[in-house]
Amino acid sequence: MRLKLTVNGDEREVDGVWEADSLLTVLREQLALPGSKNACEQGECGSCSVYLDDELVCSCLVLATQAEGRRVVTVEGIATAAGLHPIQQAFIDSGAVQCGFCTPGLIVAVHDLLARISNPSDTQIREALAGNICRCTGYEKILDAVRVVAWQRADGAA
Amino acid sequence: MSATRTLSVGAIIGESLLRPDGTPKVKGEFAYASDLHADGMLHGATLRSPHPAARIRSIEISAALAVAGVRCVLTHEDVPGRKTYGMDIADQPVLAWDEVRYVGEAIAIVAADSVETARHACSLIEVAYDVLDPVSDAQAALEPSARALHEGGNLLRHVKIRHGDQAARADVVVRGDYEVGMQDQAFLGPEAGLAVPAEDGGVDLYCATQWLHADHAQLVPSLALPAEHVRLHLAGVGGAFGGREDISMQIHVCMLALHTGRPVRMVYSREESFVGHVHRHPAWMRYEHGATRDGKLVYVHAELLLDGGAYASSSPAVISNAACFACGPYDVPSATIDARLAFTNNPPCGAMRGFGAVQAAVAHEAQMDLLAAELGIDPLEIRIRNALATGMRIPTGQVIDGPAPVRELLERLRAMPMPLEWRPGDLLPGGVANVTHGEGVRRGVGYAVGYKNIGFSEGFDDHSTARVRVLVEAGEAVCEVHTAAAEVGQGLVMVQEQIARTELGIERVRVLPADTGVGSAGSTSASRQSWMTGGAVRIACEAVRVRLADAMGGEYVAERVAAVVGAAPIEETREFHHRQTFPLDPETGQGDAHVAFAFAAHRAVCDVDCELGLVRVVEIGTAQDVGRVLNPLALEGQIQGGISQGLGLALMEEIQLQDGKIRNASFTDYLLPTVLDMPPVRLEIMETPHPDAPYGLNGVGEPPSIASTPAIVAALRAATGQRLPRVPVRPEHLAGL
Repeated sequence: MRLKLTVNGDEREVDGVWEADSLLTVLREQLALPGSKNACEQGECGSCSVYLDDELVCSCLVLATQAEGRRVVTVEGIATAAGLHPIQQAFIDSGAVQCGFCTPGLIVAVHDLLARISNPSDTQIREALAGNICRCTGYEKILDAVRVVAWQRADGAA
Repeated sequence: MSATRTLSVGAIIGESLLRPDGTPKVKGEFAYASDLHADGMLHGATLRSPHPAARIRSIEISAALAVAGVRCVLTHEDVPGRKTYGMDIADQPVLAWDEVRYVGEAIAIVAADSVETARHACSLIEVAYDVLDPVSDAQAALEPSARALHEGGNLLRHVKIRHGDQAARADVVVRGDYEVGMQDQAFLGPEAGLAVPAEDGGVDLYCATQWLHADHAQLVPSLALPAEHVRLHLAGVGGAFGGREDISMQIHVCMLALHTGRPVRMVYSREESFVGHVHRHPAWMRYEHGATRDGKLVYVHAELLLDGGAYASSSPAVISNAACFACGPYDVPSATIDARLAFTNNPPCGAMRGFGAVQAAVAHEAQMDLLAAELGIDPLEIRIRNALATGMRIPTGQVIDGPAPVRELLERLRAMPMPLEWRPGDLLPGGVANVTHGEGVRRGVGYAVGYKNIGFSEGFDDHSTARVRVLVEAGEAVCEVHTAAAEVGQGLVMVQEQIARTELGIERVRVLPADTGVGSAGSTSASRQSWMTGGAVRIACEAVRVRLADAMGGEYVAERVAAVVGAAPIEETREFHHRQTFPLDPETGQGDAHVAFAFAAHRAVCDVDCELGLVRVVEIGTAQDVGRVLNPLALEGQIQGGISQGLGLALMEEIQLQDGKIRNASFTDYLLPTVLDMPPVRLEIMETPHPDAPYGLNGVGEPPSIASTPAIVAALRAATGQRLPRVPVRPEHLAGL
C-alpha cells in the first residue's frame, strides 16, 4: 500500500508498504533514514525513538500505517541548517557517545524531556530516560550531557 | 639524534580530545553494519536447530527453493572449502551436517529479495532429526557415562596450578561454594554484514567484528579462495564486549553473495543475536582458604568448573584465566587450583569483558570476606594485609615486575568519603514503584579488588600493525593512520589520532577505515588495543619522523613537514610486539604466561529492602590504576560502563536455560541496567607508569567489570546477613526465602 506522511518537515510518499511493517522498518529501509536504530525491536531499548506528531514513541512499536498523514521527526531532523543541536553537541562534549548505537534514540528522548521540563532534576532525568538502554557508558556521561544543556538554557545561552 | 627522542607527551596525550566519530553518531549518520545498503542487494536468513542435541537424518530444501523471490538455499554441501571454523580450534560447523549440538546451531542459509521471504523460506526447509538427550549440565558432562559431544570427550581443558607447599595447613579455615550465571554481552548493534562479490571472483565483506584478520583467517579456508580475494572492511560496530570475537554471519553472508553473484546483507534479530554469539561462561566454584590468626593467607584450594557449551570458541584461554586469577590479587604462599572446562549441549560460551577473571572474583572476594568475619578483621584490612605487590609471585610462579599497587588502591578506597545517609526524599529500593517508605530497608557496604592479564597470554604473539603516511593537502601536512584495529565504541580511533598528533606534531590526522589492506592489529579484546595498536602507531610515527628528520638535515621540525614532503608522501609500516610469554606447565601450571596485569578495587554502597528483596545501589566507589591517562573523558566512560556491566551481573543479568534452550532471548526478558539502576560512580584514578607500555599506559577496559560484581554482593550480604553464594542475586535470596 501507499503511505503519505511528513518526515523531518518533508512530505513523503512511500509505495509498497506492507501492513505489518513497522514505522522503524519504513524509515530505515524505504526512506533511507537509518539513524533510528534496530537494537531490540520490542520497545525495550529506545534506540528507535522518534516523534510521532509531538509524542515520543518507539518507532518499532508503531505500525507504519499508523503514521499515515502524521508528522514524524527522527534523529536526522534534530540538527538545524546552522549545525548541531545543543543536545547533540553536549553529547559529544560530555563523552556521552561510545559505540553510539543508543545515541540517536537518546538524542530524541532528551529533546522531548527538555521540551517538557526545561530544568529537570536528576530523578526526573532518570525517569525520563529509563526506557533508553545504553550498554557502553554506564549513563553517567549521558546525565552530564542533559545537565549541561539544562544549565545552558537556564543561562539563556541556548 | 633528535628524530628518535620522545616528544614531550602531554600536549595531546592526556587531553580529552573529542572523538572524531562523535558528530556522525549524534546525527544518526554513522553507518553501522546493519545500516549498509548496496544496489540489487539480497537479504540473508539462517535456519537454526530447535534441538540442543540431535542427529540430522536429512535436509530437504525444495519447498524453500520454490518460493518466489528466493535466490538460493545453501547447506553444508555448498560450503566451498573447510566445513568448520573456530579461532583456535576449528570445531564448529559452518552449517551442520550430521549432528546439531546446541539450540540455534546454523543448518541452512537463504538469500531472497526480502528479509521476510528469506525467513519464510527457512521455515519451509524440512530437517529430519533423531533427537538425543542433551548433555545440559557441566558436572554431568564430565562423568564417564556422559555422551561425548566431540572426539576427545567433554573435558576441553583442565588447568592445574600447584604452587608452594601442597600439604600446607592453617589455623583458620573458611570454605564456600559459589555460582555465576550465564551473562550476555548484549551489545546493542545486532550482528550484521554486507558481502559484495568482486570481479576477481573474490568478495568484499563489510561487517561488525572485533578482529578482522581472525575473521579473514577463518573465511579463507571455508570459502576456498586465495587470501587476497577475501577482503574485510570494518563497518560501524554497535558495541562488542567480547561477543564479536567469534564468527557469526561472516562466512554465511559471503557464501550467499558468491553463490548468487549479488550483494547480500544479513542482520540478526535480537532473538537471533542471543543464539548468534557466545556468552560469558557460567561457573561453579568450590573454595577453601587457610590463614594465620593474624589474617595472613597460608593457602588457597580452588576447584572451578566452567560450562563451555557446544564448541570450543576461546574457552581454553578463558579457563586458563580463571585458574591464573583464581586467588585474586593477593600474596598466596600455597595454591592448589583445578579449573575445568566442559563441553555441553548449552549455547557456546567464549569471550566477555573480564574473561575468566570475573567468575573467579565472585568466589575469591566472598572468601576474603568470610575470612575477615571469622577473624574479626575489617574487610579492607584483610585485603591490605595480603595485598599483592611488585616483586611478588602469583600462583603461576610469575614474578610481577610491573606495577601492582593493590595496597594503594585499597587505601584510596579507605580514604574515600561515604555517601550521605538516606534522608526523606531520597530514592528507595523499588524506585519509582514506591513499594516502601523505608521500613525494612538496611544499608550495606562491600569491598572487592580484582586483577587480570592485559594482552594475550601463554605464548601468543598478538602483535599489531600500523601504516602511517604523511602527505600534503592544500599546502598543509596531513597524517593518515591505517590499521586493522576494530573501533567498537571504546574510542580507539581517537587514541590513534592523539598518538599521531603527539608524535608528529601534525594537527590534521586522519584515521583511515580499518580493513585487511594492512597487517593484523590483533583483537579488540583483552584490554590490549591502546597498548598494542597504540604502540604500533607510535613506532610507525617514529619511523616517519626519522625519515623526515633526515630530509630536514637532522632535526625534526613539525612546521617544516609540508615543505619537505612536497609531492612525495612518506609512508612507514611497523609491527609492535609485546614481550614474549610462555605456556603454563600442564602439570603444575607454572610459567611466565602473561604480558602484564591491571588492577581495580571497588566499594559498593547498597540500600536493600530486606523484606521484598529489592536493591538500590547508592554509589560505587572505585580506585583503578591505569598506568597513564591517555584521554580522561574516554577513560571515565570506560570505567563507568564497565561497572554497569558488573552491576548487571550482580543484580539482574542472566541467560536462563531450560534443556539447553534460552528462555529469555529478548531485551524484555534479559534484564539490563537502566539509568534508574546505575548509581553515581566515585572515581579515583592512579597513574603508575607501566615500564613496558607506550607512554606508561596500562589496559583499562576490563578491570572495572571484575571486582564491581563481588563488591555489590558483599554490600548485599552486609545489609541482609544472607550468604548469597550465587550471582545474579535474586530478590528471594535477599529476602531469605
